[in-house]
Amino acid sequence: MAPAPGTDGGRAGNRTEDAPAGHTGVLGWDLRPATKRGPYLIVLALAAVVFTYPFIWLISASLKPRTEVLDNLLIPRHVQASNFTEVWNYAPMLTWLGNSVTVALAAAVTVTLSSALVAFGFAYFRFPGRNVLFGLVLGTMMLPQAVTLIPVYLVWDHLGLTGTQVPLWAQNIFGSSFYIFLLRQFFLSLPREMFEAARVDGCSFFGLFWRIALPLSRPALAIVFVFEIQASWSDLLRPLVYLQDTSLFTIPRGLKSIIDTFGNGGEQHWEIIATASLIATIPMIIIFAFAQRHIIDGIATQGRKG
Amino acid sequence: MATQATLPKATAAKFRARARDWPQIRAAYGFISLWIVGFLVFTLGPMIVSLVLSFTDYNSIGTAKNVGFANYRELFQDPKVAHALSNTLVYVIIYVPTAMAVALGLAMVLNRVGRASGFFRTVFYLPVMTPTVAVGALFLLLLNGQQGLLNRTLDLVGINGPNWTTDTHWVKPGLAITMLWGVGGMVVIYLAALRQVPKELYEAVELDGAGSWARFRHVTIPMISGSLFFTMIVQTIAALQMFDQAYTMFFGAQQNSTYSNEAALFYVIYLFQQAFQFLHMGYASALAWLLFLITMVITAVQVRVSRRYVYYEGEKH
Repeated sequence: MAPAPGTDGGRAGNRTEDAPAGHTGVLGWDLRPATKRGPYLIVLALAAVVFTYPFIWLISASLKPRTEVLDNLLIPRHVQASNFTEVWNYAPMLTWLGNSVTVALAAAVTVTLSSALVAFGFAYFRFPGRNVLFGLVLGTMMLPQAVTLIPVYLVWDHLGLTGTQVPLWAQNIFGSSFYIFLLRQFFLSLPREMFEAARVDGCSFFGLFWRIALPLSRPALAIVFVFEIQASWSDLLRPLVYLQDTSLFTIPRGLKSIIDTFGNGGEQHWEIIATASLIATIPMIIIFAFAQRHIIDGIATQGRKG
Repeated sequence: MATQATLPKATAAKFRARARDWPQIRAAYGFISLWIVGFLVFTLGPMIVSLVLSFTDYNSIGTAKNVGFANYRELFQDPKVAHALSNTLVYVIIYVPTAMAVALGLAMVLNRVGRASGFFRTVFYLPVMTPTVAVGALFLLLLNGQQGLLNRTLDLVGINGPNWTTDTHWVKPGLAITMLWGVGGMVVIYLAALRQVPKELYEAVELDGAGSWARFRHVTIPMISGSLFFTMIVQTIAALQMFDQAYTMFFGAQQNSTYSNEAALFYVIYLFQQAFQFLHMGYASALAWLLFLITMVITAVQVRVSRRYVYYEGEKH
């Protein structure tokens, strides 16, 4: 079984650092630690510049006047913070941010609770049909979203909920296969004796879940919560399909309409697009600043076999 | 005779065991019932509906008219389907191996620097947090032919960069570059896998006089093959569904755009247009099923080919 999320992370770093002399590394080259680390750090520093430069460029562009956006100077010749107020004149950014926050929270709260509930069912109980059903959970993980896009739209249409934000999150009430998989892995790592002891003391099955499994799984739940916030914050396809009313737009949908208006074929106000893109990104960067260890450990777990 | 005598007894025991397990089974199904309902209403049901719709002419308002295999016949005659399909496959072939190679390279370098890897890992992961529409907008500017950052940088080393957003031959490589910016998730997965490789294995093959390439080929690759395989499958399925960035950069309300977006017409974009702009829901359902079949076939081939190479620790042979 794969280790629970969060069991690797930082400690493994020390292992590499304390490796004995003569240890083999990239492509098996013999490298004595510390003394020969320099070239690797240089390669990484260069890669880090490549990866961060677009962010720096974006911040810089958001501070430039229209005529200088594409000049690629890192320090703007004329700093123009007014872009940020301008964006608000062109588009209801605050409404869109609020919509995205509402939708993302609804999506994350529902998916975390429901996926945990289902995952506990798969992790704790042995019951007929378990392997077949869990196989289906894994199978739907591989199913292209595009395949169910149209009929799911018709379901919401039938319920009269197209044109509202409900379809953007309500499906999460039923759990999501990837998170069910992730949380099941975590629940399996909890000592079974603990649950048996609680059973002997007369704890109900739901009590095992609610009073023991959930409180012990805060790191894993946090991963699911943040993953879903991020996924919801990025989602473009569903808002395109379900929302027509500008006042209901989420940030990606709103940003897309800004790009349509001010980008190619439009009025060419690239400084507005850059500024709006930055505003759409900042909340995720803040979340990442707080939760990065959890997020990265969660991603690392994803690639291991269950 | 003997078996006949024991059979009812065994069955009875089984039933007694079942009766004792019954509360457990009931509770288990209680816990997973949410998922079962969701699966029926949002996956299995829709797939059946989609299959039925694919044999109809349906515009989402009126009644669906049965047209037999007409949609499927049209699929094979629609030049845009062939075009979208070839765009998508070309993109998958460019992007997936490149992303895996870049991610593995970065992960191997990260694996060499000890404590500093945490910082760089974070830096590489940051773009993954960036909303896909913002990524599209950003790279629309960075990949601009005349003034874009990428070509300005290429100028410095004497390369006259192509027009990534308008030259039909360079649109898909340009999109691959856009997506490569988000390769950090794979880097994190590979780094975690590399750290699980037992050091003794390297020492053992070193004693056998293996060179660096041999060590990479015979130790590193087999030991992380599980993660390589996982990312290959997931990335291929995701790349086959390329939508957000391509749609942001090349499609939208401004249909009178000044540049050609033919080269960025990916399969799901065409499906989206057919379903929600032209309201050809039946035809779009047929498109969806073709995508499903193509995805299944590609995944099955990958599984089959990989089975020979993937090594899982602790797996019994």
